[in-house]
Amino acid sequence: MSIKADFQLDAKGLSCPMPIVKTKKAMADLVDGQILEVSATDKGSKADIAAWAESVGHQYIGTVEEESVLKHYIRKCSDDMMDEQTFEHTIELKEAIEREGLLLDVREEGEFAFGHIEGAKSIPMGELEGRLSELDKEQEIYVVCRTGKRSDLAAQKLAAHGFAKVFNVLPGMTSWAGDLTKHI
Amino acid sequence: MSVLKWNAAQVAKKVINNEELFILDVRNADAFEGWKIDGRKFEYLNIPYFELLDGVEDILTKIPADKDVLVVCAKEGSSLMVAEMLSEAGRTVAYLEGGMKTWSEYLEPIKVGDLTGGGELYQFVRLGKGCLSYMVISEGEAAIIDAVRFTDAFTSFAEGKNVKIKYVFDTHLHADHISGGRHIAATTDATYYLPPKDAEEVVFDYTPLLDGTTVQVGTSKIDVGAIYSPGHTIGSTSFVVDNKYLLTGDILFIDSIGRPDLAGLAEDWVGDLRETLYKRYRELSNDLLVLPAHFMIIDELNEDGTVAKHLGQLFAENHGLNIKDEAEFRSVVTEHLPPQPNAYQEIRQVNMGKITPTQDEQTEMEIGPNRCAVR
Repeated sequence: MSIKADFQLDAKGLSCPMPIVKTKKAMADLVDGQILEVSATDKGSKADIAAWAESVGHQYIGTVEEESVLKHYIRKCSDDMMDEQTFEHTIELKEAIEREGLLLDVREEGEFAFGHIEGAKSIPMGELEGRLSELDKEQEIYVVCRTGKRSDLAAQKLAAHGFAKVFNVLPGMTSWAGDLTKHI
Repeated sequence: MSVLKWNAAQVAKKVINNEELFILDVRNADAFEGWKIDGRKFEYLNIPYFELLDGVEDILTKIPADKDVLVVCAKEGSSLMVAEMLSEAGRTVAYLEGGMKTWSEYLEPIKVGDLTGGGELYQFVRLGKGCLSYMVISEGEAAIIDAVRFTDAFTSFAEGKNVKIKYVFDTHLHADHISGGRHIAATTDATYYLPPKDAEEVVFDYTPLLDGTTVQVGTSKIDVGAIYSPGHTIGSTSFVVDNKYLLTGDILFIDSIGRPDLAGLAEDWVGDLRETLYKRYRELSNDLLVLPAHFMIIDELNEDGTVAKHLGQLFAENHGLNIKDEAEFRSVVTEHLPPQPNAYQEIRQVNMGKITPTQDEQTEMEIGPNRCAVR
């Protein structure tokens, strides 16, 4: 399947170090939270992109291999994304999973595809406003993202639209050590 | 300042001559930790190239100005980029042509000794991967044992010596590297021998290598005699060459012994391994010079670069030959094994002729350190 990305970079046929050099340049033009898809044929690019992203603080989401082309997905992050969470109702992930309500994953489609908790519903943060009708106001909703930042905004948005039983899951998927379901 | 280009042979000389060298390895940390260019007097700094994209100023103080500096990466490109940056910062450094890929393929032929009647025995040391291959030369003929996949190295060496390759042997079905034996035999019209017990699944023709199989190289008497010595694999076979040398394959190394698990049968083969190392080898002369198919660490190299020690010395010093208690031996060789070599199952399939990967895929399979031994 194809994974949604905001920008595409073609680094096919380039050998090391060019895929990373070009990725670094391309990432500079993204705003926080956007996803870059890098197509490369250099096999070494997989380990290097992941290690590079970690070293500069971007989120390496994953790699899909399609007929000798590697597609890497990276989400731009920077320090100022680590704001304080403000939504008052919070819940721990393991408790949220044990309860009856809905686990709502507001990360991007690609992040969800590379690993989510079985049974979670995916509505990326950017689409939430337009898809509120898919949610039940009577049900408890536990909003999860990677770190708790996007889910905080999503929880506030839901509360503003009259959802009363909303919780922000803290910390987010980064703390999850259990099984992950993949859709790739 | 200028950027120098070194080839693998130049680096090999530094390894063998125990020279000093400062290696700036710009691969990512995992790759460096798993596998690097080993030298007794080498110093290392590992900083991934992607952390140097904005400049090398931060690392200049960590790079000695009074030593040879070699920048190394996986294939070459990144090391050249970093070397050029260092050059612009006023340093003279070298980069490794072809990177670790080429290093892993480089073979250094070293003469082990003379044979009766003017013959010679050569060890081909694959420094980057720890593989050792052999060529016995006598009176215009040659036999090759445990050839690696860079067949040109052997065929051109034989041409240079003006000898015809008559026999090609594999001591066993290798799991850590791709054999070049079958291809050398095919291109030179030589006979290819493989132990039949390791060859049950192979899809090509071969001549069975059995206990007692003997060939003669040249017209005078250079015997290459086979001894069935199972344990690493069920078919593993050793050779005694000219009553002076014992080629042990992956059964016995200088500082370790073979592991019995790479074909998935550690429990079944541990008894064979014990029998070979503690009975069959004990019946041989202590004066035989042991020549294994691998080395694991650079300290196993002798001063001339060869990997060889007398059997008597190994009986005295090699830990794996000195475990009196059978139960303890069993536990050492089945329970405390290092990780298995990269892609070892696929490599076995290649060596059986079942799959034929491209050169690039073969390189990929062989990446990483050698792990055929139990220490």
